[in-house]
Amino acid sequence: MSLRRSAARRRNLGIVALLVATVVFILPFLYILFMAVKTKQEAALFLFSWPGEWHLWQNLVDVVKTRNYMLLLAYFNSTIITVGAVTLLVIFGAMVGYVLQRRPSGWNKVIYACILIGLMVPPAIVPTIWVLQGLGLFKTIHGMILIQVAYGLAFSVLLYRSFISTIPRDLDEAAIIDGAKPWQVFFKVILPLLKPVTVTLIVVQSIAIFNDFTNPLYYLPGKENVTVQLTLFNFQSQFQSQYNLLFMNILLVTIPPLLVFIFFNRQIVSGMTSGAVKG
Amino acid sequence: MATRRSPYPYWFVLPAAVVFVTLFLVPTVASFWFSLTRWDLFDAEFIGWDNYRQFFKEPFLVQGLVNTLIYAVVTSGAKTVLGLLLAVLLTSGIWFQGFLRSVVFFPVLVSTIGVGIAFAALMHPTKGAINLALSWVGIDGPAWLSDPALALYSVAMIDIWKGVGLATLIYIAGLAAISPDYYEASRIDGATPWQQFWRVTVPLVRPATVTVVTLSLIGGLRSFDIIWATTRGGPGFASDVLASVIFKQYQAGFYGLATAGNVILFLLIAMIILPLTWWFNKREVDL
Repeated sequence: MSLRRSAARRRNLGIVALLVATVVFILPFLYILFMAVKTKQEAALFLFSWPGEWHLWQNLVDVVKTRNYMLLLAYFNSTIITVGAVTLLVIFGAMVGYVLQRRPSGWNKVIYACILIGLMVPPAIVPTIWVLQGLGLFKTIHGMILIQVAYGLAFSVLLYRSFISTIPRDLDEAAIIDGAKPWQVFFKVILPLLKPVTVTLIVVQSIAIFNDFTNPLYYLPGKENVTVQLTLFNFQSQFQSQYNLLFMNILLVTIPPLLVFIFFNRQIVSGMTSGAVKG
Repeated sequence: MATRRSPYPYWFVLPAAVVFVTLFLVPTVASFWFSLTRWDLFDAEFIGWDNYRQFFKEPFLVQGLVNTLIYAVVTSGAKTVLGLLLAVLLTSGIWFQGFLRSVVFFPVLVSTIGVGIAFAALMHPTKGAINLALSWVGIDGPAWLSDPALALYSVAMIDIWKGVGLATLIYIAGLAAISPDYYEASRIDGATPWQQFWRVTVPLVRPATVTVVTLSLIGGLRSFDIIWATTRGGPGFASDVLASVIFKQYQAGFYGLATAGNVILFLLIAMIILPLTWWFNKREVDL
């Protein structure tokens, strides 16, 4: 009796929750989709309505062609920045996490202090521009990559450190006895074993860096350096009368995270909740 | 006796250290000096505390500081409470549970600028879908983003919409770590679900609460892109926060003043997060 009642309750609660979630979370995305395929005149009405005509392809072509194919350049730049920064974050982060976990010393306190600073302190923006200018890295793609590395390191090191503690030291020692050099032990024995956490890190950091708006806004001005999030921002003022194209652009920047989410759901969840349970 | 080389050499730390020190620590330390100067990126003229004095004298700069606090407390509080409630709901075995978890979490991964632009359209006072829906039930919807009294809270609502999924996810992981024995034992002792929630769930999910509160407070205090995408701090300065004030001063060429804003933001975060962390750790020992 009580079992049947609780089964009915789970069903009813589920149906109510689904209705609420549809209104709150799914309708805004449907709105983006509908606006993106409407004609210019229809989109200007802002209405939440089924599109009268589906101009999916036409709007896609129009938005890609805008400002001399700026969006393609933006995707290219964003991809280079994301791939470059994530690669360095994996290698640098794993190297620090490895030494931090394996070699107890007074230096570890310094490293932990840096991690805390990196997680908490907001970057000092204008002085960073000053440093970048001094190094000739301001307004350059490789400068942007290094900035993303500097800002993402604390999280990477923490993630790797906790995972490396689950890998037995016997493995390092066996390789050392076989005459492997330290860098060989790390790159040939340890790094391949870190694959699960590496995948998590790649997914989580890629999304964060691809979606980053503030840092390119400050450190990467200039038309030739435009990133995907900046095009959205630029088009916001340009497309005052063409909301269909603005929303097509939003749709285009929403699709990559959606694909990543569908294929790497598990890694995202483990990356985002790491440390949550231990506190 | 020859000292054997450690198999874990310190040069492994070197590449990361060079990048972090050059592009993070050096600017942070330099910011304390430059905040005391009138600065055009080439020449810095020492002017003492003038930038800070101006920061606490100009009404719109002070408002930015107050707004930052309001925004951080509202978003962090709502994400913590809603996140816990959603996590309890989404671990209770209801229908569509897996799908609902994905739906709640997905906005976390979407571009903040994209979300901001979409909601700015949805919140349009006369044409927006939100006010049209409200008018069906006879409510005259407010000017969400253009009413000075409301703009900051409207932006906070968008932020909560986008970020509550992360809090929920962290709480779901926290709930999964609680042994079912506690619920079993309290049920045998005759505890109601209400009592179980307050006496078992809330105390035992504490590590997740610490993470959610800390992360969302830091995020809220530093928040910039969602505000910039929706109101740009407006109308007037009604929804300006420290991060948007810093950007405006930077754009206007007041680099010393912008850097002073940066230092104030840093101190504000430290003054809130460090005592909070200390308090959380102390309570942990008590338990």
